Amino acid sequence: MKSKQKRPKFLNLFAIHLPVTGLTSFAHRVSGALLFLAIPALVYSFGLSVRNADGYDAALSNLDSLPVKLVSTLLVWSIAHHILAGIRFLLMDIDVGEHIAIAKASAWVVNVAGLLIAFILISKIWL
Amino acid sequence: MSWRAHGMRTWIMQRLTALYMLLYLLVFSVIVFRQPVHDFAHWHALFISPFASIATLLFFYSLLFHAWVGVRDILIDYVHVALIRYLFWLLITVGVIAMGIWVSMILFSVVVL
Repeated sequence: MKSKQKRPKFLNLFAIHLPVTGLTSFAHRVSGALLFLAIPALVYSFGLSVRNADGYDAALSNLDSLPVKLVSTLLVWSIAHHILAGIRFLLMDIDVGEHIAIAKASAWVVNVAGLLIAFILISKIWL
Repeated sequence: MSWRAHGMRTWIMQRLTALYMLLYLLVFSVIVFRQPVHDFAHWHALFISPFASIATLLFFYSLLFHAWVGVRDILIDYVHVALIRYLFWLLITVGVIAMGIWVSMILFSVVVL
């Protein structure tokens, strides 16, 4: 009974050593969830931008506001990571790069390249 | 759970929609790179042909379907109370359908036949 009580009730994510492939996978899920939440804003902005010249200008100037910039920063990383990790998963579906060593290497490439691309695009948002 | 009976079909559809979105974004990027968009006229012109607006409509439908399946997977993994899971699922399904109708209306208003 006592040993049962000692079991951790909550998983401490910082105490678990998540393998790099797990990180890629988890980040793919998080970025996907963020992108899902952004769909209404995307549809709204797209509709506004194709309506008329005023709408187009309004949609563009919306992108200049601080809250939108902050959210866009997160979404830019989300898109970069989600697409790269997604391509990696698609390749694995057709048995490309399934070997553990290659899978680990490609996971690193995806994680780092996602951040790099995000940094380049984010610098364009802010500078 | 009856909606898991179609797991394989949705699994394949999630991958096909991913591939279509990749293709669309690639073609779209090339077009915009070759002919940069400076104003409304340029931007609007990208979507007025039936081919472009249908391709764009398919992109949004793919996006919605892809995201719908992804959210379903997340709900299955993290929401363990069946009733709450179904409520979320219902809410998201209605939302996704509404956005599909919304984006259809947008693109039907842009296209020039």
